Amino acid sequence: MRIVILGAGQVGASVAEALSSEANDITIVDQNRDALADLADRLDVRTLVGNAAYPSVLQNAGIGDADMLVAVTQSDQTNLVACKIARSLFNVTTRIARLRSADFLDPALLSNDNFAVDYAICPEQDITDYIVKLIEHPEALQVLEFAGGRVALVAVRAYPGGLLVGQPIRKMREHLPKGVDARVAAIFREHQPIEPDGHTVIEPNDEVFVLAAAEHMRPVMRELRRMQKPVRRVMIAGGGNIGARVAGVLEKYYEVKVIERDRRRAEVIAALLPETLVLAAEATDEKALVEENIDEMDMFLALTNDDEDNIMAASLAKRLGCQRVLALINRRAYADMVQGGPIDIGLSPAQVSIGTLLTHVRRGDVARVHSLRRGAAEALELVAHGDANNSKVVGRRIEELPKIKGVHIGAIVRRTEPFDIIGGDGMPKGKTDRRVIIPHHDTMIEPGDHVIVFCTRKAQVKEVERLFQVAATFF
Amino acid sequence: MRFLPVFRALGVIIVVFGLAMLVPLGVSLLFRDGAENAFEQAIALTLFCGVLMWVLASRGSGGDLRVRDGFLLVGLTWTVLPFFGAMPLLLQLEGLTFTDAYFEATSGLTATGSTLLSGLDHLPISINFWRTFMHWLGGMGVIVLAVAILPLLGIGGRQLFRAEVPGPMKEDSLTPRIAETAKGLWVVYILLTVACTGAFVAAGMEEWDAVMHAFSVMGLGGFSTKDASLGHFDSVPIEMVAIVFALLSGINYATHFLAFRSRSLGAYRRDPEIPFYFGVMAASIVLLTFYLLQTGVYENTWTALRYVAFHCVSIATSLGFASTDYGQWPMFSQLWLLFLGSFLACSGSTGGGIKMMRAVILYKQVFREIMRAMHPRVVHPVRLGKRVVGDTVLHAVLAFSFIYMAIVVSLTLVMSASGLEVVTAFSAVIATLNNTGPGLGAVGPAGNFSSLTDFQTWICSFAMILGRLEIFTLLVILTPAFWRK
Repeated sequence: MRIVILGAGQVGASVAEALSSEANDITIVDQNRDALADLADRLDVRTLVGNAAYPSVLQNAGIGDADMLVAVTQSDQTNLVACKIARSLFNVTTRIARLRSADFLDPALLSNDNFAVDYAICPEQDITDYIVKLIEHPEALQVLEFAGGRVALVAVRAYPGGLLVGQPIRKMREHLPKGVDARVAAIFREHQPIEPDGHTVIEPNDEVFVLAAAEHMRPVMRELRRMQKPVRRVMIAGGGNIGARVAGVLEKYYEVKVIERDRRRAEVIAALLPETLVLAAEATDEKALVEENIDEMDMFLALTNDDEDNIMAASLAKRLGCQRVLALINRRAYADMVQGGPIDIGLSPAQVSIGTLLTHVRRGDVARVHSLRRGAAEALELVAHGDANNSKVVGRRIEELPKIKGVHIGAIVRRTEPFDIIGGDGMPKGKTDRRVIIPHHDTMIEPGDHVIVFCTRKAQVKEVERLFQVAATFF
Repeated sequence: MRFLPVFRALGVIIVVFGLAMLVPLGVSLLFRDGAENAFEQAIALTLFCGVLMWVLASRGSGGDLRVRDGFLLVGLTWTVLPFFGAMPLLLQLEGLTFTDAYFEATSGLTATGSTLLSGLDHLPISINFWRTFMHWLGGMGVIVLAVAILPLLGIGGRQLFRAEVPGPMKEDSLTPRIAETAKGLWVVYILLTVACTGAFVAAGMEEWDAVMHAFSVMGLGGFSTKDASLGHFDSVPIEMVAIVFALLSGINYATHFLAFRSRSLGAYRRDPEIPFYFGVMAASIVLLTFYLLQTGVYENTWTALRYVAFHCVSIATSLGFASTDYGQWPMFSQLWLLFLGSFLACSGSTGGGIKMMRAVILYKQVFREIMRAMHPRVVHPVRLGKRVVGDTVLHAVLAFSFIYMAIVVSLTLVMSASGLEVVTAFSAVIATLNNTGPGLGAVGPAGNFSSLTDFQTWICSFAMILGRLEIFTLLVILTPAFWRK
């Protein structure tokens, strides 16, 4: 696929990196020569210096032949204009724009008659949602959703004290309440994936990925570690774009304190966040943290735009007695280094937001993509179309599907008659018409099923996509 | 300082005021109540002075009125007009001194409602009409003053509302935009007055009484045509009407105007003062009802509620009607009413006192200091609604509140030095400075201000104007720096 990416910032670079490894033909446009040079060194991409809002620049970038435009510059306006030009002058099929301001998210405004944006992405919002999920599930390293929130994929570090730890996976069903089922999709031990089957024994410190219906997640997580008490007090370091957004969501449910270094910025966010306690201080200032009772905090989020500051602040908070700390870390080397050390969760912003983008890039009918383990693994939600004649999956049992190493079908979501959702605690949780099935070797895939596939190695993603594509005779 | 434009504008205002006197003259002619001569002479004098001032001031080329001139114009308007307003009273009522007449007219035009006349039931109807009509005219002036002019002058933190109100944006020339604003506000004011009159009639009042009481209610004045005030009617429906319209008049007229223009109630929901206004009011009514039942003043809950609700609204909004002698209530409840009167009315209403906006800001500032003591590094802006109150406004509000209290204390001391007993002295100052009307003790609901000496009466007149002009407007003129070129 020929793709033009506008903007070589953090988002643009991670998009380029994710896509260039998949045999795509990529051109990146940015005004910053140095950023481009850096990318050109690392990746197999073409670069072009220029203002992405000019038709001539876009033309030079080869947009005339491009299948997709990914406009992810810092400026919403540039992204909008580029999409419009791509549609009106060059007729590019798919146009994705990064829009930071929610003001632009009006369907009429983004329609083909106007700015012609097919998909709007907002990395800051994705990261905010992601962090908020993590706080709802304080045990998890990662919480991802599929099928509009019906299925959850949770990464948990196994700790002694979890019911299943030290036992083979097949014992899990014996502990779980009736009607609750889950699938261990992958286990990473010492950063290496191991192929789980029923006999695999879960060891302490394993990073375990579990798939289950969203309402069953709590009892499932109890299998792997002792539950923590729900989060009540959160401290956020850094009141920038992400910090302020996260605080804005959290302040409705939790006691939130935000530490911001710049006094003027602190005043701005204090005006935006009526319920939040905003403090003007350095997040790495031990005295300030102690003064604000860091040891009483259930969660510390280091969300400044400086990796080193985040790592130091989070480590400091952990040492001063905070329950659980999270640091936003852009550099992958840092993230690998610190997670599991002094810092409980090292979050790579690019990795979080790339999933949304990949969803739109994948071939076949892909409903959702989540990038895992900093891009090494991927979980896809694919829609099975067609029938037994033109599809390689529909009308077949799981055991009949071709085996691909490191790929597992984790769950199937099937449309049924509306029924009541029963939570893990036995309480009804509302109605739905989408049933979550944890498949076994004899489960049959039906047309319209959403199939959630877990790929431990990214190289297998292509094969999976091909598997789900309907043969040409379908048309 | 350029006097000519100020005097030219003042001349026009005096002429308009003189023309307004034609209305009570008409009433007098209609009823043949014997006050025609007084009004004719007063009108002649007022028009003469007004026209003279206007003509003389128009001879030089003074240029436009500027923002700074506003202080002088506003100050002069509220001190000079009572002089002309007092004329009909002075000419008609025998034995009334100039001091007393000026006090009565000031009380009318500042919509205070303190009176030193008695035997109101037997006064010529046109005199009573004029007294309440002054309330109504004063109310009109107050609205424009509070919504358009004071924010422009930036009095006591008023600039907070400068942008919000459909008010004057041009900082250079004072008149044209204010005229626009005033027109809109007055339409609402007049419509509400008509509604209030109709409601009083429907509640069983005679037509002319209804008109005059409606004037009094809408201006949040407090003059009645009866010595017993609203107690004369002893009617629950009439009291209810008074409560409803006094409450309405205690809300910012800019909010009324926005609601009226957009034909929706959304403007009220967005007004940050309203929750506090109604909240404090409701809490006070409940508190005092329980208190009066507990102390055995009233046996019946409904009776207690009726009188408490009426007086809470009447005194707190600075209307100042009485339906019973609440001077007989325990001192705590009387002080509570007086206390409410000093801050409850919203900014931009016809009510008096320091206004709810400033009270809320003060309260939040105190809370902010407490936060800062607990968290030394906290950044905690004071917010009013969705808006952050800047330091300039905050300082203005703090200074305003300080000077307000300083004036209460010093005027009380002056009054008591002149021989008044302390409760009367204090409550007379509070009642006039807040433009409420009745005080406590000798100037309470059963008595009136006629027992004061001339000196004390002048102090009260001064306090009324000071309160109405939000202190600073007058203080600015009294500062030497204002007069330097």
